[in-house]
Amino acid sequence: MKTMPMAKAINAGLRKALTENDKVLLMGEDIGPLGGVFRVTEGLQAEFGKHRVMDTPLAESGIIGTAIGLAMRGYRPVAEIQFDGFIFPGFNQITTQLAKLTNRHEGQITMPVVIRVPYGGHIGAVEHHQESPEALFAHTAGLRIVSPSTPNDAYWMIQEAIASNDPVMFFEPKSRYWPKGEVDLSASSAPLHSTRVVREGTEVTLLGHGAMLSVLLEAAEIAAEEGTSIEVVDIRSLSPIDYAPILDSVRKTGRLIVASEAPSFVSISSEIAATVTERAFYSLESPVLRVSGFNTPFPPAKLETIYLPDADRVLEAVDRALAY
Amino acid sequence: MSYTEATIQILSPEGSLVTSDASEEYLPYIDALSDDQLREFHRHMVVIRGFDYEAANLQRQGEMGLWVPSVGQEAAQVGSGFAAKRQDHIFPAYREHAIARIRGVDPIDIVRLLRGITHGGWNPAENGNFHLYTLVIGAHTLHATGYAMGIALDGKSGTGNPETDEAVIVYFGDGSTSQGDVSEAMVFAASFQTPQVFFLQNNHWAISVPVSTQSRTPLYLRPSGFGIPGVQVDGNDVLASYAVTAKNLDEARSGAGPRFIEALTYRIGAHTSSDDPTKYRLDSDLQTWVARDPIVRFETYLRSRGEGDAFFAEVQQEADDLAADIRRRTLTLENPPASLMFDHVYSEPHPLMAEEKARLTAYEASFDTNGGQA
Repeated sequence: MKTMPMAKAINAGLRKALTENDKVLLMGEDIGPLGGVFRVTEGLQAEFGKHRVMDTPLAESGIIGTAIGLAMRGYRPVAEIQFDGFIFPGFNQITTQLAKLTNRHEGQITMPVVIRVPYGGHIGAVEHHQESPEALFAHTAGLRIVSPSTPNDAYWMIQEAIASNDPVMFFEPKSRYWPKGEVDLSASSAPLHSTRVVREGTEVTLLGHGAMLSVLLEAAEIAAEEGTSIEVVDIRSLSPIDYAPILDSVRKTGRLIVASEAPSFVSISSEIAATVTERAFYSLESPVLRVSGFNTPFPPAKLETIYLPDADRVLEAVDRALAY
Repeated sequence: MSYTEATIQILSPEGSLVTSDASEEYLPYIDALSDDQLREFHRHMVVIRGFDYEAANLQRQGEMGLWVPSVGQEAAQVGSGFAAKRQDHIFPAYREHAIARIRGVDPIDIVRLLRGITHGGWNPAENGNFHLYTLVIGAHTLHATGYAMGIALDGKSGTGNPETDEAVIVYFGDGSTSQGDVSEAMVFAASFQTPQVFFLQNNHWAISVPVSTQSRTPLYLRPSGFGIPGVQVDGNDVLASYAVTAKNLDEARSGAGPRFIEALTYRIGAHTSSDDPTKYRLDSDLQTWVARDPIVRFETYLRSRGEGDAFFAEVQQEADDLAADIRRRTLTLENPPASLMFDHVYSEPHPLMAEEKARLTAYEASFDTNGGQA
């Protein structure tokens, strides 16, 4: 067991993957001597060399497209996209090529490409640097999409993502890069695509991923002081979604609130609400409620604390759910 | 755009050898060709044109959703296709039927693709490293560059052994040169000095839009801005297409970095079976290029070398036989099972795929009123 922030945990996971498999390559903008704008790849080029940790030209489509070619050659590229809002020049390569190539080849090739994407708000940054575009990718068949919420998950999930033979989009909640947590270096706590109950409760289930988890746990703590027992669920994987633990929780509590930084319209949250309604209808005591970023562009930084769901907005939804 | 003094040409449109200072460095590649190799060039051009005509007929008769003709571009494809060595990797666009066949792809697999049976059609690893067609214009040029980066990382280029060093050749058209991916592919290729040849077939038309809308300068000059040497070749001259590609692939394999070839040719037919070129181009323009037909030109040359009627009759018979064989086999092609939709979306188990496949199976079984009994 070791205490470290998520950025260091991902760095350690990448180092382990680079050490264990010489087909693993890192590629992206500023990931070499600088160590990435968030320093997640710090020291890795010095340790593994310029051929394993490649600073690329500043072109996201080029990064993803050449990663695809490298994967065809037998490499396992891990591409870094610098910020959530800058992934769109690579959107075509991700959705029309990377996601479909195994299918187009009818299984004769695999596409073991990982795309690391720092995402989400809470860091007071300028436009295009605080967004949560995961649903845009979850709509595309052929991609696997995950997001860790703790340093321990980040350490293990990045290694599991690299070990996957399918393309994995690895969304890193950048506001959680710095808080420290315990990392168990001996064994993974859960498979890559598994939902986990992180706090047990009986009256309401709060569900989310990435940076939302710290907000949900804070809300649960406040609710507990007020006498309400809340269960908190970290889905960890956005595609596929591991529904069994979610449905178990809803059957126990009868109430589900899905929280996200991303807008709610046509979202992961909407998908979960629909599926839970289909599969656990008779267990529900109230409608599934969504708490989310507003359905607007991500606002200027001085408005982000209003835009992003906080514990109070989550608890307001808890009150509404309990009022049914 | 037409031939200029910069255009490498070895065989004139009239079918006679021409020499120039520009073409001199390529002549050793021609001198090394045997009579049999020259006959193979011709055979492949004629046979693929026969296939092409028959496939177009099959489309018109409702046997394919779409046909993508390559008529007129046979010399650019056959010349460059024979220039690639066995160990090289070929990333086509979607019109490179002649190269597909040279590398071992059964043309029926191209029919299967355009009939709507598959999105792929062949396994590149078992078909001469001929990768799948890509319909998103220019997207595959980046895959080719990434693949070539992998060759360099593997130490499989630049060793000095031309029989084992590998290179990539990627095909694309004049329309695709406007795509950002093609520029990005050249940026990455130059930065990482990939063992790679960019092979542009400038057939003058991106569906209905002329190449003058894509570029106001000759396209072979564009790569120089990326630090990549470019050369223009007469793409209707199979000898020049072969020699220029062979030399550039040799250089790429040797570790000299990426190369760019613009082959000037012409799309004699429509963009696809859904297109109508009479709406946007002049017949006089077309006839100018019909007069430069790559097959007629090469036949004239071979006859001048003493090739007789028997050979040409034999080649035509082979083309007719392939066409008949393709027709027969097309009519026996079966639709894929519905499970194909789910089976290869992921390479590892995926709960949503399993669930939907099971749901479809149950739904289809629900129409079986005999309780499963025939």
